[in-house]
This record gives sequence, C-alpha cells and structure tokens, in this order.
Amino acid sequence: MNALLAIPIVIPLLAAALAVIAIRLPTVQRVLSIAGVATALAASVALLIEVERNGPQATQVGGWPAPIGITLVADLFTCLMLVIGLATVLAVLVFAVGQRGDDHESAFHPVYLVMTAGVALSFLTGDLFNLFVAFEITLTASYVLITLGGAKEQVRAGMTYVVINLLASFLFVVAIAFVYASTGTVNFADLTERLTTLSPNLRTALALLLLVVFGIKAAIFPLFFWLPDAYPTARTSVTAVFAGLLTKVGVYAIIRMETLLFPDNRQSTLLLVIAGLTMVIGVLGAIAQDDMKRILSFHIVSQIGYMILGIGLFTVSGIAGAVFFVLHQIPVKASLFLVVGLVEHDAGSTKLSKIGGLVRRIPLAAVLFLVAALSLAGIPPLSGFVGKLALVSAGFDAQAYAIIAISLLVSVGTLFSMVKIWNGVFWGTAEEPTPAIASGEVVHTPALMTLSTVALVGLTVAIAIGAGPIYELCERAAAELLDPSTYVRAVQG
Amino acid sequence: MSILPALTVAVLFAAGTYLILQRTLTRIILGIGLIGNGANLLLVVSAGPPGRPPLIADDGTGGFADPLPQALALTAVVITFGLTAFLLALAYRSWQLTHDDEVEDDVEDRRIAKLRGEFDPDLDEPMDALEDIQDLDGGDPPTERDPR
Repeated sequence: MNALLAIPIVIPLLAAALAVIAIRLPTVQRVLSIAGVATALAASVALLIEVERNGPQATQVGGWPAPIGITLVADLFTCLMLVIGLATVLAVLVFAVGQRGDDHESAFHPVYLVMTAGVALSFLTGDLFNLFVAFEITLTASYVLITLGGAKEQVRAGMTYVVINLLASFLFVVAIAFVYASTGTVNFADLTERLTTLSPNLRTALALLLLVVFGIKAAIFPLFFWLPDAYPTARTSVTAVFAGLLTKVGVYAIIRMETLLFPDNRQSTLLLVIAGLTMVIGVLGAIAQDDMKRILSFHIVSQIGYMILGIGLFTVSGIAGAVFFVLHQIPVKASLFLVVGLVEHDAGSTKLSKIGGLVRRIPLAAVLFLVAALSLAGIPPLSGFVGKLALVSAGFDAQAYAIIAISLLVSVGTLFSMVKIWNGVFWGTAEEPTPAIASGEVVHTPALMTLSTVALVGLTVAIAIGAGPIYELCERAAAELLDPSTYVRAVQG
Repeated sequence: MSILPALTVAVLFAAGTYLILQRTLTRIILGIGLIGNGANLLLVVSAGPPGRPPLIADDGTGGFADPLPQALALTAVVITFGLTAFLLALAYRSWQLTHDDEVEDDVEDRRIAKLRGEFDPDLDEPMDALEDIQDLDGGDPPTERDPR
C-alpha cells in the first residue's frame, strides 16, 4: 500500500469539499484551492522520484486484491504527466485567483479542484471502468466550468460540448461492456494477458471502438469539430487549463490503450493517416479565424496530430517523442491562453481586428507570447523544437517520409498563424479599436496574473533547458510502455 | 443469452440516435437518455446468461450471478442520471435566454461561411445570424469587407 498514489486524487477532492463549506469565505477558498493542488503536485514529484528509482508502483484501494479491487498504478509515463499536468493546473489556478472582480469565483474553486482530482485519477487508474469514472469526474467538472456564468454564447457552445462528450461516454460504456463480456475483467494488467487470447477480428473491433471514444476526448480528425466551437467561450483561465490538459488526457488514454491493451498494433497505418489529417485540418482551420482564442483552439487540434504521429510509428523513439511532445504541449498551450487572458484584461477583446499595438501597452505579455508561440511552432532552441526533432528522427528511422514531410509543412503553417497573431495583437494598429485601446490608458494588470504566466512560460523554457535528461526519462518511459511486463508485475504483486 | 435484452439495447440505440440527430434540444436530451439506458443495459447483459441465483444457489453448486457488471451498471446509471439532470438545467437556461428550443449555429462559423460569399440559404433564420454578426462587428456587416 503506497499512500503517495492516492494523495493526488484524495487531497484535491477533500479540498473541494472544504471549499464548498467555505463558500462565503473567498480568501479561505483561495488558500484551500492552492494548498490542495500544491499538495497533489508535491506528492506527484515524490512519486516520480520513487518510480524513477524503484520502477512502477501499484496500490489496491481498500486492500482488495487486483482483479476485484480498484487498482492505482504509477509508471514513469504516469508520473511525468502528473508532475507537468499538476504544475500547469497550479499556475492556471494562481492566474484565476489573480483575476479579481468575478462573480462566480465561489463556484469556480470547488469545481476546479474536482477536475484536478479527475485528471489525476485518469492518469493513475489501472482499470478500464475506473478510467470511465475518472473521465466522468473530469468532464462533469468541465461542463460546469465551461458554462460558468450562463451567458448565451456559453450555453450554446456548452450544449454541443456536453452532448458530444456524453455520447463518447456512452460509447465508452459500450466498449467496457464488450470488453468485460469477452474477457471477464476490466483490470488493465489482466486485460494485457486475456485480450491476446481473443480472435484478432474481435480485438480490432474493441481497439477501434476505444480509439473512437478516446479520439473524441483527444479531438483527433475527424472527431475534433466540437473543440474550436466550445473552448473559446469559457473564461480564459478555464480555456487555458482545458487546452493544456483535457485533450492530453485523451492522448494519454490512447497511448495507454495502444501499448498496454493492444500491443500487437494493428492500427499503425490508420493512426499515421489520422495524425496527418489532424495536423493539416487543424492548421488550415486556424487560417480563416479572426479571434486569438479560436486560432489557438484550432492549433490545439493540429498539435494533437504530432502526438498521434509518435504513437503511430510505434517504436521506442516514436513513443518517447510523443511522450516528450505531450509534456511540452501542456505548459505551452496553457501559457499561450494565459497570455490571451492578459491581452483580454488589457484591451477588452481578443479579436485581431479590434486590437493592435499592444507591445507598447503590455510589453511583458508580448515577450511571453513570443517565447510560447515560437516554442509551439518548433523554433530552436525551445522545447517544441526538441519534441519535433525527436518525432522527425523517429519517423526517419521508421522510413515514414510522407508523414514527416506533412509534419514539417504544418510547422510552417503554425509559424504563419503565430506571426498573424503577433502582427494583429502586438504590432500595428487596431482597425476598429476597443474603448480601452482608443482611450490610450494602460489598464493595471494584477501581479498574480503576470507572475503565473511568467512561471508557466518559465516551465516551458525549463523543459527546453533540461531537454537532455527529460528526453532520457521519456525514452525510459517509452521502453516501459512497450514492454508491459514490469507494469503487470507491479499490479499483480 | 436471451434475445430480448439484446433487442431492447438495439432499439434504444436506434431511437436515441434518431432523436440526437434532431435540432430540438428536448429531443436531443430524450435521445441522450435512451442511449444512456441502452448502454447501461448492455453492461448488465455483459454478465452472461440470465437465470443464475443472485447470491447462493439452492442446489448447493455454489454458482451465482456475476455481481461486477451490476455494480458497474449501477455506477453508470447514477452518472447518466446526474448528467441528464445537468443537461435539462442547461436546456432550461438556453430557453430562458433565447425563448427557443433549437440548437443554434456558431456565429463565428457563419461569419466564415459568409466570407466565402456563399451564405447557405438553408440555414434557419439567416437574418438573425446577420444581426449577430453585425453586433459582433460593431455595425459593419461583413459583406462589405474585402471578399478575399
């Protein structure tokens, strides 16, 4: 029994309960939220150190043995995702606390904490049904966060978001029912062994069904259409954490499924085709947009393609590239949206036609955007370059030249979009300026908002600086993923 | 396995899919409810053939029905219930705001459709969308923009 595994789930849930009790005490709520997420982050760092030394750790909740009880497992991949994910959650939370003058903050804190617990549970769970529950916890919290405020636009977009995700959840239940009916277990470690005894056709059917389920959550082609519609309507801090984390939970599940449950990999070509289409459609969709948030939302989709590319290659270097790319994407995407929050706070709009010349008003935000955007586009020496280099070299090893060419072209498209945002927001002048810009008065930005954005951009720079050791960890994680025997042994004791 | 539960699941999914494809929010919610129940029933069916005793057999063979799928179904039922309630609240809020039960188009999507110069006449209430776009643009309809 290793308590470290349960802390990232239990502590945020406990803090959420206390935050509901303290609903009339905003300061107490803020302290509770930050303390809860910080504790979870500290526990996951400790877990990463332990797993790095001693290999995968597992614990049976309630002390019931593996196939009956609920299993929590942490291997290197889990721990890396937890640490980077929770660090991003913490930075966005500090940003949200700094963003004063909001009527719904008392509801925001408990729900945000529940979402944190759900994300941590999705990473840590060792059981297919529990993964469904974790998804539901995360999604239910996200439904509330995306519609918080109940504005017309939010309700419209929130409806699409809720319906499409509910449909995905029901498909997940169907997949679980089929898996249970054919194998008699929902435990990942047991499934690894029992799924191999099924007929190949049945196995492919199950794999494809699960791929559709996780694909909707991860917003891969052709299941991405809900994302650019729903994400921009939420508050910026909420969009930041969704953009950084929620789609990556789907990617995490795809990586887990492809390596642990269906390691004989019959979907490789399909995944490569999906990867190419996801990248291209995402980047093309961004071109026609006029709103910073929407441009960046389409880029979430396009970047998911790179992760799927790494999974599709299905070599140690490919998976390692995908893992590194996910780790780099989480803080980069979130920090880009935090910069959007700074822009919105200062100028009162995120439409490129309504704002301009912000480099003179908020120079620090401009610098932060530039670093994060160049990292997203993959310009050396930033973290995006390392991730793309790893994927490209893995692609050359696997002789997948077409997809490599596409991925490089898409990088150029990404750079184009980032330059477009830069020109529209920070350079030039506004076509139809908002009142804030027209008056020329500089709006005071709360220190916490700036500080948390700086910290998150700092994290992406740190990933670039520490790229050597981090990539080494990713390679070890990938080797572990491709050889599930240590994982299975940790669970079955 | 008896054919009846399997048929019921099929009918629930078919009817639910049909309802979800409608443009009225209440029908979509009813569809979600049907599909949800279909999925939960499928979980119960996955336990295997019916007719085994719930706990201990009278004949002393010790065989009993598999409890795990029932526990899973119970969890899934609760989740479906909660989310249907949330969806109803959301639909009610939507009705409060728009006095309309229809799913609306994305204004930004319409703006882009308009940029192409091929505004689809089949979209419902095109005049409403035009007003929305004018609101967003502060008065200037996007038709006057450079069509490039």
